Amino acid sequence: MRNQPHETIEDVRSDAIEKHHISLTINGTSYNLEVEPWTSVLDLLREHLNLTGTKKGCDHGQCGACTILLEGKRINSCLTLAIMHDGAEITTIEGLANNDGLHPVQQAFIEHDAFQCGYCTPGQICSTIGLIHEGKAKTLDDIRDLMSGNICRCGAYNNIVKVVQEALENHKNQTP
Amino acid sequence: MATNHIGKPKNRVDGLKKVTGSAKYAAEFNAPGLVHGVVISSAIAKGRIKAIDTHDALEIEGVLHIFTHENTPGLAWFDLSYKDMDSPPGAPFRPLHSDEIQFNMQPIALVVAETLELARFAALRVKVEYEVETHNTKLADSLDEAIEGKGFRAGFEPPKSIGKFEEAYEAADIKLETEYFHGAEHHNPMEMHASTVIYEEDGGLTIYDKTQGVLNSRHYVSMIFGIKRKKIKVISPFVGGAFGSGLRPQYQLFMATLAALELKRPVKVELTRPQMFSFGHRPITIQKLKLAASPDGSLQAVSHSAYSETSRFEKYVENVVNWPKKLYRCENVEEIYKLVQLDMYTPLDMRAPGGATGVYALESAMDELAYKLNMNPLELRLRNYTDEDKGKEKPFSSKTLKECYRVAAEKFGWSQRNPEPRSTREGHNLVGWGMASGIWDAMQTPARAKARLSADGKLEVGSATADIGTGTYTIMTQIAAETLGLPMEQVTAKLGDSSLPFAFLEGGSTTAASVGTAVKYVCDKIARKLLKEAGKIDDSPFKGAKMEDVVFRDENIVDKQDDSVFIPITEVMKLRGLGTIQKKTTALPNFLKQNKYSRNTHSAVFAEVKIDEDLGTIKVTRIVTAIDAGRILNAKTAHSQILGGVVWGVSMALEEDSFMDHHYGRFINHDLAEYHIAVNADMPDIDITFVEEEDHVVSPIGVKGVGEIGLVGVAAAIGNAVYHATGKRIRSLPITLDKAMSEVSAI
Repeated sequence: MRNQPHETIEDVRSDAIEKHHISLTINGTSYNLEVEPWTSVLDLLREHLNLTGTKKGCDHGQCGACTILLEGKRINSCLTLAIMHDGAEITTIEGLANNDGLHPVQQAFIEHDAFQCGYCTPGQICSTIGLIHEGKAKTLDDIRDLMSGNICRCGAYNNIVKVVQEALENHKNQTP
Repeated sequence: MATNHIGKPKNRVDGLKKVTGSAKYAAEFNAPGLVHGVVISSAIAKGRIKAIDTHDALEIEGVLHIFTHENTPGLAWFDLSYKDMDSPPGAPFRPLHSDEIQFNMQPIALVVAETLELARFAALRVKVEYEVETHNTKLADSLDEAIEGKGFRAGFEPPKSIGKFEEAYEAADIKLETEYFHGAEHHNPMEMHASTVIYEEDGGLTIYDKTQGVLNSRHYVSMIFGIKRKKIKVISPFVGGAFGSGLRPQYQLFMATLAALELKRPVKVELTRPQMFSFGHRPITIQKLKLAASPDGSLQAVSHSAYSETSRFEKYVENVVNWPKKLYRCENVEEIYKLVQLDMYTPLDMRAPGGATGVYALESAMDELAYKLNMNPLELRLRNYTDEDKGKEKPFSSKTLKECYRVAAEKFGWSQRNPEPRSTREGHNLVGWGMASGIWDAMQTPARAKARLSADGKLEVGSATADIGTGTYTIMTQIAAETLGLPMEQVTAKLGDSSLPFAFLEGGSTTAASVGTAVKYVCDKIARKLLKEAGKIDDSPFKGAKMEDVVFRDENIVDKQDDSVFIPITEVMKLRGLGTIQKKTTALPNFLKQNKYSRNTHSAVFAEVKIDEDLGTIKVTRIVTAIDAGRILNAKTAHSQILGGVVWGVSMALEEDSFMDHHYGRFINHDLAEYHIAVNADMPDIDITFVEEEDHVVSPIGVKGVGEIGLVGVAAAIGNAVYHATGKRIRSLPITLDKAMSEVSAI
């Protein structure tokens, strides 16, 4: 990448479309990719790899629908560029279930009816899993605060909280 | 009646797809050679496009075409061709039709490129010169330009006064005159509007659209582009929320279709979040209420007037002032409803259109009246309780609002309330309790359904309706499984496909009553056919049996009198050599029966708020609501519908507000950071009770609908609680901390 200021908009474009090689592990599968620097992780997943389970709700990091797990941490995939994550391991909603069936958080979302239209759901689920690993949520208020980066316009929040409480409880019981 | 599926808290049948990311929404369908369209929005609110320079953008490799008014082929000539099933009176907006700018952020061009990034980049290089004309976007300053809010629109009841308001008002002992305001609200479903249009080799189109009515989208495309309906397939299996935004075809559908037809390639157009503020909103209203009562609280006169905004080209009307006659017993009611035409896009039905806002003002005013009368606000409602719609002079088909009040008040602990404002404290917090009533329409619309039973006992039911998160897939499955005595796993519900039988738009809380009835009827037809076939089997115990003699249970036809006499459904199919049984049916509302009644859902809402006296922060801590919505088909999904409605009420009361920058005539907080929507941390405890009842006037299956009633009344209950906490009445929504601060500290 050049460091000098771009003189024309054409310079911007030339930089932006020059492809770079990165490798990513997504849901356990290795990908060797040629990506343009202006492609966000979200657009890489949705538009280039056809992994549409991760949702675009605003493209501005304001709604959380695009939440994925990057190296186990929950992030807004619309706010980061793919090129920045060479060698990273990503888990999306498509990678949570395995041969034994659904991830317990996925199953709990169904049982508690913690969604309606389902569009924010992949982000809510990834966010729940990320939150559990963070280990910061101790109280109901903590859960509510720490899940507030994921907007649910259908208003399933109170059911989502039930899932998170249950997941935290299970996590506590499993961790000695 | 004992049921196996109906009424039970069943998990959503589409839940698995939704939690695994395999549910596909409109922007998620791929096709070989798919290209991306990005819409350019106008920067001015009124005027003309003097020049639009696409040269630099088109030079970029990978940019395929830029559609503007200058190169868009001649399309349908008549306004009528642009009308859709939800159009208000007027001349619909025609995208790329001419150089005229009618509202800010009007779509003026579509850039199509090989990738999304490229299209977005190229859009920045399109230069537009405008000839700016003076616009007006100020409702409050333009009331003298108001016109009557009238015109034909499905579901709209023009205002109709009864009795003699002026005389009764003058003569009454206790009078109240008050005014309420709320800002514009925007639907903001989490999924942004998108259309993916596939151009088929035979010239037909396969369209994946975000819509509340695939048939509406098909009609729209067919009329404008002159393509036969049978050559257009509109598919929308999953809709990431809509709340009314998908009732009308939005401009991305037009854009993607235009591009696909011209380029003969699959095209996807997804709007941006700011563009989600550009195609219709819940209009601002300024409402005035005059209430008069005798000292015992009996209402003597009510006047409800509203000024609302609309565009220059369509007269958007909704039922804002029509609720007092349905909620209260009063002989003299004046209703005034006026529109002001402004340079903005036409408002758009948004969850409980008119009701959410009209009942907010009415129920806030009723609270004011209660204080003026020194009367318990609940007592005032009960004093004026009506079993008759005073406007229509008809009884209600069902109404258990009294029971709703009782249940919700008891659960909330309303009797413990100290009526004195500012009387309850908890540390720094002022605690307030408020209540309100809610009401919404209950309707059945015509709907068709088809069903196919296979030899293996699997059933498929279908109707061209939608599931926008409402649970339509699930209740269709439950009704079908119940009717034919099948496990839900053996039933597949199909919707969101224009090749399925007719259903009206998924909106107005009508779908469960309408499509549910059609599904019931078509499965009844299959049941009758099965029984007839069963009677033809040698030595059949069901020879000559009638439907009332049997039940369908556990995959069998069972003799009602004797459980040991039964025949498996698959056995009937096998012995009669039937591969499938297919039926279609139409469920029409019984208009004669329905017209004898006024048909509504009702609710009682109680709210608790805590307001920090020093900081003005307002927290809703509890909502208790009891709902009268007819038969509940699924206790789990219906609960979620009401839950969502209540969350909308909290959001409406405390957060949602768009700011029109009148200099530019544009909503400036057009994103989810600055347009606030309730988040998890804003949530109170929410307690929901359905008061048991079935209403077989509204629909043969006893359903009244749950999509909207959960929202109505919530904002008023919260506003009334804020008054009880602080002793100050904030008469404009949202009740933000700056308003609360100035009010609280003014004491």
